[in-house]
Amino acid sequence: MLEKMIEMFSYPFMVRAILVGSLVSLCSALLGVSLVLKRYSMIGDGLSHVGFGALAIATAMNAAPLGVAIPIVILAAVLLLRISGNSKIKGDGAIALISTGALAIGVMVISMTTGMNTDVYNYMFGSILAMSGKDVELSMILSAAVLILYILFYHKIFAITFDETFARATGVRANLYNTLIAVLTAVTIVLGMRMMGALLISSLIIFPALTSMRICKTFKSVIINSAIVSVVCLFIGIAISYIWATPAGASVVIVNMGALFLYTIVGSVKNRSF
Amino acid sequence: MALIKCENISIAYEGQTVVHDLSFEVGQADYLCIIGENGSGKSTLVKSLLGLKAPAKGKIILGDGLKQNEIGYLPQQTDVQKDFPASVYEVVLSGRLNSRGFRPFYTATDKEKARENMELLGIQDLERQCFRDLSGGQKQRVLLARALCATKKLLLLDEPVTGLDPIVTQEFYQLINEINKKSGIAVVMVSHDIESTMAYASHILHLQETALFFGSAMDYQRSEIGQAFLRGGEHHA
Repeated sequence: MLEKMIEMFSYPFMVRAILVGSLVSLCSALLGVSLVLKRYSMIGDGLSHVGFGALAIATAMNAAPLGVAIPIVILAAVLLLRISGNSKIKGDGAIALISTGALAIGVMVISMTTGMNTDVYNYMFGSILAMSGKDVELSMILSAAVLILYILFYHKIFAITFDETFARATGVRANLYNTLIAVLTAVTIVLGMRMMGALLISSLIIFPALTSMRICKTFKSVIINSAIVSVVCLFIGIAISYIWATPAGASVVIVNMGALFLYTIVGSVKNRSF
Repeated sequence: MALIKCENISIAYEGQTVVHDLSFEVGQADYLCIIGENGSGKSTLVKSLLGLKAPAKGKIILGDGLKQNEIGYLPQQTDVQKDFPASVYEVVLSGRLNSRGFRPFYTATDKEKARENMELLGIQDLERQCFRDLSGGQKQRVLLARALCATKKLLLLDEPVTGLDPIVTQEFYQLINEINKKSGIAVVMVSHDIESTMAYASHILHLQETALFFGSAMDYQRSEIGQAFLRGGEHHA
């Protein structure tokens, strides 16, 4: 086992995958707690579909994938928040509209240009080989930004997540922080989706938060626990993927499912003993 | 100088005027109850008092050093917080956010204030408990403690006893009365509960798009509109 581990770390692409993966899973776990509690779980899913569409367009135009995808997904994130905040189309409806719309555009663009090939398959389900040196750099910058912003605005994020009206009434600029969360989520998703796959990336946002909430009773402990669970699950998932040659994204999600199951059992045992 | 003075305000909601030509004021240590039927514009007025909705016409003037972000607001109970993982202490402390400004972390003073208010409301033993596991009455006490953390001068309570059982309701009213009398914090309460309202309030604002009555509670009981509404209240009870 140890040999396998050492062997795994001897491949630069594996080191990159683990590095980017851990950082992305850390960020998405932090952001995920707020998103899940604010009933925006599906926002991650919607944005990843937009990301798919954007990547398809980038490939067709022969442009840098991240350079095209990041601005488009950020735009979609801000738009989603605005729509679900104040209009006649409710949040979940808006997300479904935007995500299926983007997916359709992506599929059209692909079929008119390259056709369905391995690239497209990789966008859908992820590839462990997809991470470049540039991605490592970007994900380091991103996760540093997410961590710093999260710590600086932690109390404000708690306040708007718990009770937005009260937070607004006491002078917290809720829109600003909602937008901040949306933008950070968008960047996290774009970075993670090529490894995890457009169809699977939102699991990184949803699973760790819901898993921690089975046991943890304070906001702080949920946040810290989510971060740890997320990174550990990602590492185990990638190791499984390497050893048994399974798809990376799916392996990580399966491990996350296991963690959720485990926490649910522990949580219910704990509650019964009181 | 009054804490809050509304001068001929009109408030529109989605293009429709729900409150018009409303004038009233809240002085220091007043206990004002806002009563009125469903759809009479109470909730909209609350939003405007909190500064979340600007009046279409007229002015809301804050005086006596009351700042817009220093109103201690106790919202109606909502389902949103049902599965929220947060300790009582975390919730109460979040009331101190308005004194933070751009500084990111709470100081020792903030934490002390939070503890003081928890003690005042008799919830210090719940400090580490999860908010979602509390009873309805305990939850309201926690949110009241948070509101007290946010203000020195004025509490704004939006139907605070909805869904509480009668005994807990009475306890809650007494608690608010004590805070009002002992600390001199003015109370503005939106209420359905006419009888209890009359027991504690010093002033009444009877709202039906505009002020049908505004004045002292004594005068309200003598007024025609007051007598009609009070009889109606007894019928319902």
